[in-house]
Order: sequence, then C-alpha cells, then structure tokens
Amino acid sequence: MIADIWTTIVEMLDYTFIQRALVVGLLVSVCASLLGVSLVLKRYAMIGEGLSHVGFGSLAIATALNAAPLQVSIPIVVLAAFLLLRISENGKIKGDAAIAIISSSSLAIGVVVVSQTTGMNTDVCNYLFGSILAMSRSDVYLSVALAIVVLTLFVVFYQKIFAVTFDENFAKATGVKTSFYSMVVAFLTAITITLGMRMMGALLISSLVVFPALSSMRICKKFRSVTICAAIISVLCFVIGVIMSYFYVIPTGASVVLVNIAVFVLFWILRFLSVQSKKRANKKKEVIS
Amino acid sequence: MGTVLTAKNLSYAYDGETAVEGLRFEVVSGDYLCIIGENGSGKSTLLKGLLRLKQPSAGELLFEDGLKPNEIGYLPQQTSAQKDFPASCFEVVLSGFCGQRGILPFYTARQKRAARENMERLDCANLSRRGYRDLSGGQQQRILLARALCATKRLLLLDEPMAGLDPLVTQDLYKQIADINRDLGLTIIMVSHDVKTAMQYAKTILHLKKEQLFFGATQTYLESDVGKQFFGGAA
Repeated sequence: MIADIWTTIVEMLDYTFIQRALVVGLLVSVCASLLGVSLVLKRYAMIGEGLSHVGFGSLAIATALNAAPLQVSIPIVVLAAFLLLRISENGKIKGDAAIAIISSSSLAIGVVVVSQTTGMNTDVCNYLFGSILAMSRSDVYLSVALAIVVLTLFVVFYQKIFAVTFDENFAKATGVKTSFYSMVVAFLTAITITLGMRMMGALLISSLVVFPALSSMRICKKFRSVTICAAIISVLCFVIGVIMSYFYVIPTGASVVLVNIAVFVLFWILRFLSVQSKKRANKKKEVIS
Repeated sequence: MGTVLTAKNLSYAYDGETAVEGLRFEVVSGDYLCIIGENGSGKSTLLKGLLRLKQPSAGELLFEDGLKPNEIGYLPQQTSAQKDFPASCFEVVLSGFCGQRGILPFYTARQKRAARENMERLDCANLSRRGYRDLSGGQQQRILLARALCATKRLLLLDEPMAGLDPLVTQDLYKQIADINRDLGLTIIMVSHDVKTAMQYAKTILHLKKEQLFFGATQTYLESDVGKQFFGGAA
C-alpha cells in the first residue's frame, strides 16, 4: 500500500509541470505564510483578498494584450497594494468597504476584458481557481528570483516588522519609520500573491496568507515560533495538497486550501483541549488550597 | 538642570477644530510632570503632540539639545489587538530598541542584556519566556514599561498607565515609576485622571481644560483655587 503511494509520487515527480509547480508553490507558500502572520495580526488580512482580485483583472488585461502575465500584473498589484494600505491606514474611508470596492471592480474589469477577447472559456476558470499547468520555464525563474528577494527582505526587516505589528504607535513615537515598513510588507505581499495566483487561483490565493498564520497562532506563544511554525505548516499543507490533487484529480489550489482547513481545525481543537485542561488543573488547585 | 522641552503658545486641532490651545509650560530635566483634566480636555492630544505623532496647529514645541524621537520612551494605552498577540515578553521588551537600530536588522548582545536588566528592575524578569497574552493586566503593563525603558535614557511618557488595574497593582506601579524618576534621573510625563494618587508622586502639575488652567509645582496646585475645586470634586 505505502509502496504503491510511493511509486505514484515518484511517477508524479517525473512531470515537468509538477516540478515547476512544486518549486514555485513551495516558495510562494513560505513567503505568504511569513507575511501572513503580520497581516493577520494587523487586521490587514483582507488586503490579500483584495490584491488577488486586482491580480485577476491585470492577468486578464495582460492576456488580452498578449503580454507576459507576471511582468504586467506585478506592477499593477504593487500599486494596488500601496493604495489599499493608504486607505486602511487613513480611517476616513472605511478600509474594508474600500477593499470590497476595489476587489469587485477589478473582478468586473477582468471579466469584461476576458469576455471581449478570448470569451468566457476555461481561461477564466483557470484564473479564478488556478491551474497547475500555468507556470512556464521563464515564470519559474522569475518566481524563484522574486521569492528570494521577498525572503531576504523579510529576514532583514523581521525585527522592524515585529515592532510595527505589535504596536505601531509605540514604534512610530520611538523613531521607527513605520509607514516605510508597512509599505515593505504591502509590497512583498503584492509580489507573493501575484506569483502564487495563477497556480492557486485568484479566489483561493489569500488562504495561503491567512490559514498558516491562524493555525500556528493556535499553538505557538512566541512571535518567532508563530512565524517559523506558519512557514512549516504552509509548506507541508502545500505538498500534501499537491499530492492529493494528483491522486484524486482535483484542482490543486482547492486541494491545498482543503488541507489548510483540516490543519486549522485540528490545531483549533488542540488549543481548545489544552485550555480546558488548564482550566481543570487550576480548579483542582483552588479546591486543594 | 536643563529644560527638556518648552511649549510656546502651543495649540492642537483636529480638522480645524481646536482640541487644546494656548499652552505655555516647560519641563525641566528630572521632572515628574502629571497632566490632568477631564475626558476631552485635550490631555491625549497633547501627549500625541509631545510624541510628535501630531503637528501643532499654532505655536511651537521646542525640544532642547535636539532630543530625537528615538530617545523617548512611551507607555501607550493597550489596544484590543494586543490582548491576544502571540509574542513572548522578552520579544516585546526587546522591541523597545527598535528605533535605535536604524536600518540594521538584528539586536546586539548589549541590547539584549539591557532588556534583561530593565525587566529585573521592574521585577518581571521571571516572565521573560511567558507569552504576553497569557499575563494579567498589571504584568502586561510592567512588560510595556520595561520596553519603554529600553527606548529611552532621558524622557518617559506614560498614557493613563493605571487604566483598568486594581488598586494594589496601581500602587506598586506608581512606586516603580517614582523609583525610575529618582534612580535613573529620567524625566517623566504622565497623563492621568487618577488625580489623587498622581498628587502623591508628581512634582509638577499641568491641568488642562481645552486650555491651560494651571501649571506649576504640585504643592502650589493643591493650594490654588483650580486645585482645590478639582481635587475637592474628585476626592
């Protein structure tokens, strides 16, 4: 039985498109989960959702213009990220409403562009829900290079990102350039989302940002362990998701999200049980004393 | 003793609506200033101004000998997001040094040692490895105070530090802040509406009500009309 599964996995790894998907997917998973910790804690998780919809619009436009998809999408999504961040920081317009407006507008633009050019065919479906066949060789090179940039900047700015995430006002008052570091996080998120979007799908990519962070927060207490644990969870979920999608012939993006949901529920139950047992222990102590 | 900061006819406004105006006071080095007043009297606005998070709408705020933001310590009011933030206490305290690192990515061994010393000074070194969200309100406040100490050697600003704490913890924290003022020679500026206890420790009082009602030594304040009236009402 296990030998069977093993031979199937080896067979699966023979396909070039799966190799590409694994390389890009693993890098994107790590980047997304690291950034996700900060985004979730800052209540900015919806920015990821908004950006992926902008990504959909820009992908549609890139295809219509017959241009390279990543090269067109990345600058547009980065711009949208700065815009969304500005709106979320400036309390006058409600941040969540602004994100809703921007996401639905980009979806609408994308759908119109696609219907006018290639028609509402499998392309749309692939953009929305992802396709494991999406990555070309040059996409892989670009993705690897950008992912390395994201990871390096994250490590270099890690302490600043922590300080700004934990207490933006304190950081700002004590001389940290908080708006610069928020921009860095938004910029890195935009790149990560665009890279992962075509494989995971515009509607599903933000789960890579949110789920690992939420799961690891259930069981870890330190910020550093939350961050590291999120990256590990994200990588494992991605690999299991890809294998599952191969075995059961289901779309990769959705399969990865399902694994993430399962892990989240599992960790949530673990946390619930540990809190309960702590409560019981405390009660016992009270009774004894 | 030099002055740390001077306010000259200082005013702050939100969207053209004046929050507080015509402030004239100066804080000398080693002072313990308590800013008091009712809700909406402009206390918090002034504090934001002192932290340079808000620009004056009129007048001037002068920092003597170029006191930079990264030489100021700050104990903010806690936000709801922090209450379940996954971070160890040591991580939180160490982040007080963040403003002093410039672009450099990591903390030095000396900063880590200083962070530990600050935690020992506030009797919270034993919490170092604990999760911040699992602590009681008083313990959290102590951790944030240790972080503020990391950020400064000269000026410490405290925003309603005792809000939501029980009386015993409050007394303890007041003592520790007074110790910091005396032993480390740190200038303290505290915003508070717990007037009674503030009087015991503060050297100087600034009483606000959209404008400056009183500025001077605590003893003088207690004997002044403003002081008697406000204190009589509060006590």
